Amino acid sequence: MEKTNLQWFKEGMKNGIPIGLGYFAVAFTLGIVAKKAGVTVFQAGLTSFALHASAGQYIAFTLIAGHATILEMMIMEAIANARYMLMSCAMSQKLDSDVPTWKRLIMGYFITDEIFGVAVTVPEKLNPFYCFGMAAVASPGWVSGTMLGVVLGNVLPLRVVSALSVGLYGMFIAIFIPPARKNKIIAGIVAVSFALSFLFNQLPLFAGISSGIKIIILTVAISLGAAILFPVKDE
Amino acid sequence: MIYVYILAMALVTYLIRVLPLTLIRKEITNTLVKSFLYYVPYVTLAVMTFPAIIFATSSIWSGMAALIVAMVLAWFDRSLFQVAMISCTVVFILEIFVA
Repeated sequence: MEKTNLQWFKEGMKNGIPIGLGYFAVAFTLGIVAKKAGVTVFQAGLTSFALHASAGQYIAFTLIAGHATILEMMIMEAIANARYMLMSCAMSQKLDSDVPTWKRLIMGYFITDEIFGVAVTVPEKLNPFYCFGMAAVASPGWVSGTMLGVVLGNVLPLRVVSALSVGLYGMFIAIFIPPARKNKIIAGIVAVSFALSFLFNQLPLFAGISSGIKIIILTVAISLGAAILFPVKDE
Repeated sequence: MIYVYILAMALVTYLIRVLPLTLIRKEITNTLVKSFLYYVPYVTLAVMTFPAIIFATSSIWSGMAALIVAMVLAWFDRSLFQVAMISCTVVFILEIFVA
């Protein structure tokens, strides 16, 4: 018995609840970053709805705070969010070819690490309404969390803010460590990334380069090196 | 001006997400491109996390503790939510004692 669009949507909403809760907490810490960057509640909420990207928004607020140029921002977003391109490619393989463009346009808007991760585990072909359901719950969690972070970020005691500021990094770690455990090459690449990032941060030679540019240089150099040394074979 | 920044970043981000989904019907075959894109998320996230996490808190030691705890929890496949929240709790508790 094939599931209807409504059934897929409801199932998506159910799976969207834990995602939305996690987003709320993580977005709260992002709101603190936004507040520090001088971004208002509305602007932060808008950024969250416009980007739906943890790392991408962290960079966005950092660059806004650093008075970066618009070109620098666009390049950084392209690099920080490059993984969504790969996810989008993978997702295109999960769709029936007769899925209309308008559904693809909405699905694409809501590709995040978590929604992608849950969506591709569906054994059959992917019904876009499954993603719509997840997004319907997860996106409000993300947006409201960010806005509350801006509002409460400076009301909360300094100690609480200090504690919450590692939340986002905790989330990044939760994304790259599990694959590193299962794959020695990824583990090695993470180790090299840590080491080079630390060097870049410490060496006076690189002191004049903005943190955004450091991330671009390191990401492109290390990923390209890894791609040449350890090309990924087809599964 | 900030709205122009947000719009520009949103446009780039949306195009990245939506173009492959709408345009590419066949699988990418270029191994170098595929491999490069495959490694990008891990490298970017790792580079952004370290050493930034140890300088994010009031004390380097609480940041260091958060890093180690988060890595251990993530190693054992704890959820995004758990890893983020427990790291925060570790920093909070440690800084009570430090201060």
